Amino acid sequence: MFRPRSEAAPATVTVSVEGRRVRVAAGASAAAAVLAAGLDDIRETATGSRRAPYCMIGVCWECLAEIDGVPSRQSCMVEVAEGMTIRRQIGPRRVDVAPIRR
Amino acid sequence: MRAAEFAVIGAGPAGMAAAIRAAELGLDTILIDDQRAPGGQIYRAVERAGADSPLGPDYLAGRELVAALRASAVEYRPATSLWHLDPEGRLFLAAGERCEVVSARRVLLATGAIERPVPIPGWTLPGVMTVGAAQTLLKTADLVPTGRVVLAGQGPLLYLAASQLVRAAAPPGLILDTTAPADYRRCLSALRRGRPRPRMLLAGLAAIAAIKRAGIQVRHGVRGLRALGAGALERVAWEGGETGADHLFVHQGLIPNLQISLALQLRHEWNDDQLCWQLVLDPWGQTSLPGIAVAGDGGRILGAAAARLSGELAALDAAMMLGRITGPDRDRQAEPIRAALGREQALRGFLDRLYRPAPAILAPAEDDTIVCRCENVSAGAIRRAVRQGAPGPNQVKAFTRCGMGPCQGRICAGVVAALIAESLGRSPGQIELWRPRAPYKPITVAALANLAVAE
Ligand code: FES
Repeated sequence: MFRPRSEAAPATVTVSVEGRRVRVAAGASAAAAVLAAGLDDIRETATGSRRAPYCMIGVCWECLAEIDGVPSRQSCMVEVAEGMTIRRQIGPRRVDVAPIRR
Repeated sequence: MRAAEFAVIGAGPAGMAAAIRAAELGLDTILIDDQRAPGGQIYRAVERAGADSPLGPDYLAGRELVAALRASAVEYRPATSLWHLDPEGRLFLAAGERCEVVSARRVLLATGAIERPVPIPGWTLPGVMTVGAAQTLLKTADLVPTGRVVLAGQGPLLYLAASQLVRAAAPPGLILDTTAPADYRRCLSALRRGRPRPRMLLAGLAAIAAIKRAGIQVRHGVRGLRALGAGALERVAWEGGETGADHLFVHQGLIPNLQISLALQLRHEWNDDQLCWQLVLDPWGQTSLPGIAVAGDGGRILGAAAARLSGELAALDAAMMLGRITGPDRDRQAEPIRAALGREQALRGFLDRLYRPAPAILAPAEDDTIVCRCENVSAGAIRRAVRQGAPGPNQVKAFTRCGMGPCQGRICAGVVAALIAESLGRSPGQIELWRPRAPYKPITVAALANLAVAE
């Protein structure tokens, strides 16, 4: 878990992480909001292993999440905005295609 | 198409210093950076920091350079990533869903360092992050870890981060220092030869004193580090010890971020003191490809102060190449910069010897340790591929999918090379380099389509 530093300025941006409302500092990343919300993990790999942000600087891609409905966003590189919705990324990105008729 | 004279990639100390100096010398300069504010990782979000920031004076010192950039004539493009660079100096950029091509007569890559990946057993468990990640959370979100916090590894950043957490009133419970006693002895000889810069040494000693005062337990000579837990981190273990943990932050030093230079197939060399690949550069930062230079930690690990100076040298060279100053002018203006650079570098040998990572960190001993986090490829699978005849990382990739995930080998490539080297009984420096390809960062088809329309 992470908490705001005791002398931090009040957090001003409200986002939703898996349905939980959480306030974070302006300038924070969506990945930081996930950690502030107390989530242990943010995504599941294609083979079902749970993962959380590792590097926070855009190198490892472990922070993939669905942000405002768009899947596979690198959440440590996305700055929070008021009202942003962040959800877990489960498995690889899915593309909706019409079923192929044989 | 926007045509600039000098394009700089990366707004850390090297890139900012280069861009500012180039603009002062009259070059039409564009500075591209994927973050929203200048500073790079070391001065990340420094403009927002209060004077009482727990990150300390060396961090706040970055404000001066950032302010100079804001006041300069440099065209600064934040939140923009370079996803392809062609050898003719055309830069393919993406900002959100917008793509754009910019041309430049000289290009400077100042893409900085990344933390060396630390492939220990259990490092994919949620709860295990890098020490740099803890710093980034403090810098950008004012967040600190709670519960039982363990910092493990080696390098100046380990103690710096610990002292920053102490100042943020969130001291870690335990530091596991993996520096081998033999390295402490080796570095003493470097100390005698190098005459280190007192300021840097004092900052390091101050951090260690702060940790002592805070009563944090420190264990030295730690080996066999591993993270344990079912689904998430629960315990941290090492040879002869174990402790419950909610967070494990790992660090084994910095390595250059070579994604772009490797894709361009510039000349690289193996640094056997730092155990990493770096660029082959002339004294001005010029690479093996005319018109493309590299400055700062993205070329070779120098530290922030030296990075800044190397950026200024690259700017002077660009100004000469583009006819703004003469050769003798360039050399004269470079003199004080080179003198300062020499002073900064005096400590380098000392640090390199002290913090040379243990071979076990380069190539994990246990076969079931994950190496490629994206595709879940283990060390054993890579050793198997080498036994089956894969001579280099590019073949291992085809055999195992290692490096085919979204990180494009940024995390695993060095570890794969070390595993191949170990299996073949060679130095990692003798192993073929992996070749990442554009797009350096994934872009959407929509963004690409926008580019086609704009062209
Ligand atoms: S946490 Fe590593 S890329 Fe986002």
